[in-house]
Amino acid sequence: MEFSTIIQILDSAVRLSTPLLLACLAGLYSERSGIFDIGLEGKMLAGAFAAGAMSAYAGMPVTEGGLGMTWGMAWMGVLAAVAVSIVLAMIHGFASITLRGNQLISGVAINFFAAGSTVLIGQHWFRSGGQTPPLSGAQRFGPINLPFADAVKDVPFLGPIYEGLISGHNILVYIAIATVPLTSWLLFRTRFGLRLRAVGENPGAVDTAGISVVRQRYAAVLIAGILCGLAGAYLSLGTSAAGFVKDMSAGKGFIALAALIFAKWRPRAALGACLLFGLLEAIGNRYQSIDLGAFVVPVQFMQALPYILTVVILAGFIGKAIPPAAGGEPYVKER
Amino acid sequence: MKIIKTLFGAAALATAATTAFAQANPAIIFDLGGKFDKSFNESSFEGAEKFKAETGIEYREFELQSDAQREQAIRRFAQQGNNPVVMAGFSFGTALDVVAQEFPDTSFVIIDMVVDQPNVRSVLFSAHEGSYLVGMLASMASETGTVGFIGGMDIPLISQFGCGYTQGARAANGDAVILQNSVGTTGAAWNDPVKGGELAMAQFEQGADVIFVAAGGTGRGVLQAAADSGNLAIGVDSNQNYMQPGSVLTSMVKRVDEAVYNAFSDVNNGEFTAGFNIMNLSNNGVGFALDEHNDALVTDDMRAAVASATAKIISGEVVVYDFMSDNTCPVE
Repeated sequence: MEFSTIIQILDSAVRLSTPLLLACLAGLYSERSGIFDIGLEGKMLAGAFAAGAMSAYAGMPVTEGGLGMTWGMAWMGVLAAVAVSIVLAMIHGFASITLRGNQLISGVAINFFAAGSTVLIGQHWFRSGGQTPPLSGAQRFGPINLPFADAVKDVPFLGPIYEGLISGHNILVYIAIATVPLTSWLLFRTRFGLRLRAVGENPGAVDTAGISVVRQRYAAVLIAGILCGLAGAYLSLGTSAAGFVKDMSAGKGFIALAALIFAKWRPRAALGACLLFGLLEAIGNRYQSIDLGAFVVPVQFMQALPYILTVVILAGFIGKAIPPAAGGEPYVKER
Repeated sequence: MKIIKTLFGAAALATAATTAFAQANPAIIFDLGGKFDKSFNESSFEGAEKFKAETGIEYREFELQSDAQREQAIRRFAQQGNNPVVMAGFSFGTALDVVAQEFPDTSFVIIDMVVDQPNVRSVLFSAHEGSYLVGMLASMASETGTVGFIGGMDIPLISQFGCGYTQGARAANGDAVILQNSVGTTGAAWNDPVKGGELAMAQFEQGADVIFVAAGGTGRGVLQAAADSGNLAIGVDSNQNYMQPGSVLTSMVKRVDEAVYNAFSDVNNGEFTAGFNIMNLSNNGVGFALDEHNDALVTDDMRAAVASATAKIISGEVVVYDFMSDNTCPVE
């Protein structure tokens, strides 16, 4: 295998793992605070739709009823995605924190709501079966070439890594990766993070210390909403889809949940887990049938590999993954 | 009580069915890619719309949401007395085989699949012939000598495209390298532009500069990836040249709209015939699209070569091997 091929596969893995990573970190905040969130998929999908629709609307000429913007449409899309995703996150928060409802049911409801409403609203607005119009130019996020990328291209080994792998992604990819150390720092080095982890382990103790469990949990769910919105915006604005297509999240929210458990609710491990899933998909895309001499590994197997691995990993390969102790339990203040 | 309710329900349904029978509205069922996939389903939708515009007869439609709905959707339309019931997609085969026997007086039309029942018309497209032509175009437009193919699933119907394409690409350039990928194994494969774009990028990185995509709505991502990277793509089923003008070399057109239109009007005129209906190059059932969006991309040489190949295929001088005949392809 050539070196350039490896770089290309890793490059593809980074692109494929970005939405997983953002969703995975969203789940991490939420679950660390004791709120299970299987609505990642739905929030991501709703975010993708909001981003695609807003960006299309912002870039549409004024004569056609749009805003007629010529730059920054993609950022408008991101704002819309984050806003919509936060609304859904707050609904989940209200149901599971304030009303003390079942967190799994609330999450499932959000998934169904997003899957149905995006197509319905999309059909009403754009009249093309729930798709948004194809986006172009500043309606999407283009690749960013980091400084000196062209200059160092010919440096052996490090040059191609910098030029091919590190440079040339869109801004959301860099944001996603930067979120990992930020999350680490926030969770393990700040007072906010300590409290957030504490409400997920022993909310009673936090309450005794005079800190509001409810407020901490809402804050965590809010952050999860923001990150899911970014993940959705990446799908419709940062990939070749160039717009929203129904069900485009295609189970990524659930893969992100699996990655979260695989990573045992730790940010840096989450990065590794998401990159692993992305890498497997990239390899599956590149080598669809591997000839091993004696027999040929069929395409179907390669395409199922990420899911097979999910099962293998979750079936105990990772050792004991202990979720936050108070996860899934609504907090009832003692009287 | 429950049983009585069910009985009443069934009786009411039966009455409704008889009253509706008089109208005999045609009905169409779209496959999982969705009505507006800008490809296969959209083409069948256009055929139905054309019929409606010409005759003023309304038609009923249903867009599948999951595989489980197939049989139910066909049966529901047949029960309501719609005639004909047209379904666009190979996946309806098994379901239709069952339902067609229950409603011997209803005419059914299935596209891309053979169902051997006396009241079913099976419309088959010689997609390999059209794919052969776009394969030639791809090879002639390619500067690297490497062309790509992305199919929705690894199934015979799609391999028919891939195999025809490969033969055409080789016919124009004996040394052409053809990269082949498929998108997935479930219905989502027809609607995953993110994955389509990723597969296209991988093929471009491996040296391909023209990619033919036969994957319904997934094609949107492939066309976009081609436009982003300055390469060419070839659309499928509908004319997709307009989607990325200047980056779509051509589109392999399957006249699904004609098939749907013919089915609707044949029943309307009382001329419906069951059995096979082959749509190929000689009856303009397949072909490639040429319009103002790709006029500059297709050179005179390419036009001449394809025109002569078309004539030879129609006359039988050149035989494009059909993958579906025995599920093998003579060229790699």
